[in-house]
Amino acid sequence: MDWSSRLLRTTAFRLSLSYLIIFTASAVTLIAVIYLTSNALVERQIMETIAAEIRGLSDQYRERGLVGLAELIHERGGNQPGRQSLYLLTGEDDRPIAGNLSVWPRDVIESEGWLRVPVRGQRGVDAIARWQSLPGGYRLLVGRSLHDVREVQRAVTRAMFLGLAATVVLGIVGSFVMSRQILQRIEGVNASIRRITRGEISQRLPRNGSDDEFDQLVANVNAMLDQIERLIDSIRAVSDNIAHDLRTPLHRLRSRIDVALMGDDAGELRATLEQTLAEADNLLATFNALLTIARAEAGARLGEFGSVDLAVVAHDVCELYEPLAEDRGVHLTCAVAAPLPVSGDRHLLSQALANLLDNAAKYTPPGGRVGVEVDPRRREVVVWDTGPGVPAEAREKVLERFSRLDATRSTPGNGLGLSLVAAVARLHDARLLLEDNQPGLRVRLVFPEA
Amino acid sequence: MRILLVEDDAEAASYIAKGLQEVGHVVDHVGNGRDGLFMAMSERYDMMILDRMLPHVDGLSIVKAIRADNNATPVLVLSALGNVDDRVNGLRAGGDDYLVKPFAFAELLARVEALGRRGTGEAAEATVLRVEDLELDRLARRVTRAGKSIELQPREFRLLEYMLRNSGRVVTRTMLLENVWDYHFDPQTNLIDVHISRLRQKIDKGFERPLIHTVRGAGYRLGLE
Repeated sequence: MDWSSRLLRTTAFRLSLSYLIIFTASAVTLIAVIYLTSNALVERQIMETIAAEIRGLSDQYRERGLVGLAELIHERGGNQPGRQSLYLLTGEDDRPIAGNLSVWPRDVIESEGWLRVPVRGQRGVDAIARWQSLPGGYRLLVGRSLHDVREVQRAVTRAMFLGLAATVVLGIVGSFVMSRQILQRIEGVNASIRRITRGEISQRLPRNGSDDEFDQLVANVNAMLDQIERLIDSIRAVSDNIAHDLRTPLHRLRSRIDVALMGDDAGELRATLEQTLAEADNLLATFNALLTIARAEAGARLGEFGSVDLAVVAHDVCELYEPLAEDRGVHLTCAVAAPLPVSGDRHLLSQALANLLDNAAKYTPPGGRVGVEVDPRRREVVVWDTGPGVPAEAREKVLERFSRLDATRSTPGNGLGLSLVAAVARLHDARLLLEDNQPGLRVRLVFPEA
Repeated sequence: MRILLVEDDAEAASYIAKGLQEVGHVVDHVGNGRDGLFMAMSERYDMMILDRMLPHVDGLSIVKAIRADNNATPVLVLSALGNVDDRVNGLRAGGDDYLVKPFAFAELLARVEALGRRGTGEAAEATVLRVEDLELDRLARRVTRAGKSIELQPREFRLLEYMLRNSGRVVTRTMLLENVWDYHFDPQTNLIDVHISRLRQKIDKGFERPLIHTVRGAGYRLGLE
């Protein structure tokens, strides 16, 4: 398809063309109305003038008689043919006495004392006249030619149509230019999109900086592309991590089976199988944790977000961990009375809180204290403990996947707990703050205003 | 029980069928959704185990079809999709339980037994649940053993109630976590054991015959030895 035929098919061109048609139709209507109205007005004015003049002339006849009237007609130019004003005074036998008409007009349309002289061979009226009988058998006719008026009207109408034609031509040219501009911008966007589709995912649509609606659309699409690129990157990172972090335990599993197969002691074989099963279960748990993190991180709100009361979530998790804390000789306090409604995923929030509490209960030595607080005023959930805490310089690091502080290597865990909390926090637009509890760790999850 | 197993992975199917037959169940196995739907609609079963993703007709469609046919046979859905939302969809379609692959056979067996019991129409709404000399009154929210009143926390009450409903059968830790706490994740520490041991303290301590038993590699069982 070539450039010009594409231009004709653009929305902008079709739109301006239809505007042009509507505009032309209204302009033509306007001209017609002006023409007809002015025509009627001019005729009425002429008729009033004629009526006044014929009244004046009849008065003169009564005062000054036939001679006076004839003189008056003569003075007003009634002896020159072809003038604007028409006069005719006839006697009893219709013989002309005075005036610039030689004979009584024929082929007239007569109504209510008005005569309309049609233009020969044309529609319309050439002249308007009125006649009146005078005492003594005389008849007086006064009229006006419409020729000049018609000339002016014709000139005005012609000018109007010429103007209209110019407008139409300009409009069509303008539509072309406008459509071409829009088409060029669309073409730029399309070219970028084609490049993105081909795989240049970092490509962005061109902006012209005008901040018009089109520019805003482009800005929004660019923001969407940023988000998509971020998601692709995070998926890539997650799959890289999964590949890397599952390979190690899988390798361990494989070697263990290998070694077991070399021996032939049935009891040892069984023991190895049991170990292997336990290790496979650990591997599955790690795998599930990674999937949950990936899901939360991708921001994929597959489950519908609902209204969740964090006080209830915290209370339930507290209750879940309370016996464990007691068993370990850790004093657990839960200040979760006041409701704190947020929009979120109950399961993920429960799991995040469980992870925090799990860490706190795991790392706090017997005799220590662990607390859960829900503060609706600050819109936050706090889990604190009096354990060893996390050094300030390591707080960023512990949020990363599989990160474990050296001092904790002996405690069971897969190093994914806090990364899941971080991912859940991000999914809920909540801030995750690790602070010093002096002593111990204080983890704050600050939720945005509802 | 007569069980219909619809599973397209032959190895997984033989693992499940063999295990179920060993404990005395009769298993009909088909390997695709179309045959599964046909069998489910034409035969009477006590229980169906359906894989979610099957050739031709998927597991959830089979559940929907038999439920639309007013067939209330208990259905256990097996799936590799383990999100909470996948589970919700599975249960919404009419499944009675949802088990994520891979699973331990003990887990599957415990759930099959629990569902099978539900299928026999045992008075699920009985107000008083009873095992030996242990009694739980759901209306009065009171627990007594040998006539002696036992004080329980609300969650302990629900835990005991669930175990009583499944008395004599194995309940796994995951089943307890799902049904008593409505949590669908694995806590890193084995919390359920701590809760059970607490309950045990209250129920069994001071009595000659313990009622709560640990089943190695599977879970717990309430009842006499």
